[in-house]
Amino acid sequence: MKRLLAPLLAVLITMIAAGQGAALDVRAAVLRVDYQKLLPISRYDLRTEDAGFAGAVLADEDNNTTGRFLGNTFETRTVAVPPEEADAAMNQLLADGIRMIVVMAEDEDLLRLTAKAASADALVLNATAAGTDLRDQACNANLLHISPSNQMMTDAVAQFAVWKKWTRWFLISGSNPADIALAEAYRRSAKKFGAKITEDRSFADPGGTRRTDTGHVLVQRQLPVDTQGASRHDVVIAADATDYFARYLSYNLWDPRPVLGSGGLRPVTFHAAHEAWGATQYQTRFEALTGRYVKPEDYNVWLALRVIGEAVTRAATTDALEIRDYALSPAFELAAFKGQAVTFRPWNGQLRQPVILYDGMITVSVSPQDGFLHQTSALDSLGLDRPESACKAFE
Amino acid sequence: MKTLLLTTALACCALPALAGKAFVTNERGNTVTVIDTDSWEVTDEFFAGNRPRGVTVSPDGALLYVAASDDSLVRVFDTATHKEVFTLPSGPDPELFVLDHSGNPLFIANEDDNLVTVTDTEKHVILAEVPVGVEPEGMAISPDGKFVVNTSETTNMAHFISTEDYEIKYNVLVDQRPRYARYTDDGKRLFVSSEIGGTVSVMDIAESGEPTLVKKIGFEVPGVLPEWLQPVGVKVTPDGSRIFVALGPANRVAVIDGETLEVEKYIMVGQRVWQLQFTPDFQYLLTTNGNSNDITVIEVAKEKAIKSIPVGQQPWGVAVIE
Repeated sequence: MKRLLAPLLAVLITMIAAGQGAALDVRAAVLRVDYQKLLPISRYDLRTEDAGFAGAVLADEDNNTTGRFLGNTFETRTVAVPPEEADAAMNQLLADGIRMIVVMAEDEDLLRLTAKAASADALVLNATAAGTDLRDQACNANLLHISPSNQMMTDAVAQFAVWKKWTRWFLISGSNPADIALAEAYRRSAKKFGAKITEDRSFADPGGTRRTDTGHVLVQRQLPVDTQGASRHDVVIAADATDYFARYLSYNLWDPRPVLGSGGLRPVTFHAAHEAWGATQYQTRFEALTGRYVKPEDYNVWLALRVIGEAVTRAATTDALEIRDYALSPAFELAAFKGQAVTFRPWNGQLRQPVILYDGMITVSVSPQDGFLHQTSALDSLGLDRPESACKAFE
Repeated sequence: MKTLLLTTALACCALPALAGKAFVTNERGNTVTVIDTDSWEVTDEFFAGNRPRGVTVSPDGALLYVAASDDSLVRVFDTATHKEVFTLPSGPDPELFVLDHSGNPLFIANEDDNLVTVTDTEKHVILAEVPVGVEPEGMAISPDGKFVVNTSETTNMAHFISTEDYEIKYNVLVDQRPRYARYTDDGKRLFVSSEIGGTVSVMDIAESGEPTLVKKIGFEVPGVLPEWLQPVGVKVTPDGSRIFVALGPANRVAVIDGETLEVEKYIMVGQRVWQLQFTPDFQYLLTTNGNSNDITVIEVAKEKAIKSIPVGQQPWGVAVIE
């Protein structure tokens, strides 16, 4: 192996030192599907026009700065469409010859758009869809997942709770399909890491007249009643993927307990107060460029395009499938302000990454937690593992 | 307190030989801690600007240069009185820097701006700005002074800048997040640490200054997760026989044989060990430990940690004078 590496390195260095090597023009796109959604509970979560796209602007800057030394250029087109126009938008990108597309869409749309892209030998990078199924039986060899799955996020929360010895959980889940799927992931996480769900309740989405309409007064009166009489528990775990009740739970429970999950301490890929591992520089670069704080979807899109940038730099190719192969190979690693290199699970295309636990102000902890080991990488203690995966597309 | 300090000062100055001083920048405490390198006692702590990180001394030992990152300038202090004597323009967010062997100019990495700024330390003006990769950090100067090497943490390259025309002559790709670069005293080798890649890249340097990547050194400590082995600071003994590498959150300094380029041992130090500096007689190596808020003194000959000294909040860099 060593013997093989030396000549390869020599070639690479000569190429770089000489400042030549074929100049590569890398064209990518971000396709964002904008769904009709109600207002979030907190104004801090309002959607911005440039959601995700801001990450692409920063990634292009970063990739082009690096590319300058190798003669490579990077250009990323951004497209936002309503769901009914998503297919046409994907067709257009493919017709324009773009073969690397970061998609921000819900699970079902993502799968359909990926099938379209795959038939044109294009590569899709999933920036936001969290369904575990996408990484399991529904996996696709032309689809890499930058976004963590629900299961990675719930495992990150579970490890922290178990590390704290908070093993008796009061699970409160929403009634929408996405909430139910998230709650199911929490149940699996509890089982996986030895926590016990001592109380399991559903909090029906009243629809229409949401509690936001009547403000905090009603919430303060109703939530204690709704959470009364639960079996003994250390923490409340909230499964609210649709953002209609979890943010209200802290301070409004019958029993005073910490809230984790969709409210209280939340698992995120990134947040604007994260400073460790050089992240301050990322924050200042992002804010100078966009005039606002970074959100997880911006970071995910940035990371997707940095994966492409890194693969282009190291493997000297613009071919989408060669880039995928390099990203999935053991040679690939990328620094992502998370304290360790992020890499891919070659058996389902999921990016391995630490998950930050965020209380709305600071990084409280980062999972995987100490003591949760894995034969491949501690990061594989988060989410679906190889032996349990039904994904065959990468074989 | 003042009387006491005065007495100490008098006592110290009455002695024929002055004890050496170590200056430690405290990134979060906004101070520099001064340590007597004879008694290993803390003798002073003074305000050094906002987020002080990189630190070095002038060749004559009279001036202390501190990169005050959040002030976007370099603050210069008198090493005897600890008073600020002037500031230097540095460009935004200076992190690490290296002085020309003559003491002028100062080559500064601007972490936020993808630049290396060259500042005249006598006229206090910026001479040049060299565009480099994303998040420039590590800075080294070749012993013949012809090249300054900068490492860019997100671009993952070592950029070789000619000090004649401030143009980049060579770029070498290294592993993820290169933090620090260091030449051997004979100028024939360069070491670049990659924090996230977990390696130290070794380059042979030709007469012309042209680098050739020859090896990447990895690290392994039983019972420590591989991802915690994050090489940062690097120092080389004058004869090139020993290379010391700070391993960040692994809380250890690796000792590498300069001949075989194999890791010989690991020395336990404080938590999150960042930068290293020898005392001028090369008897001791000091390490800054950002999470335990102390420095560790390593006896170089024995390759053993002999002492730890509490300093300010989040010690980052260290410079030592005789």
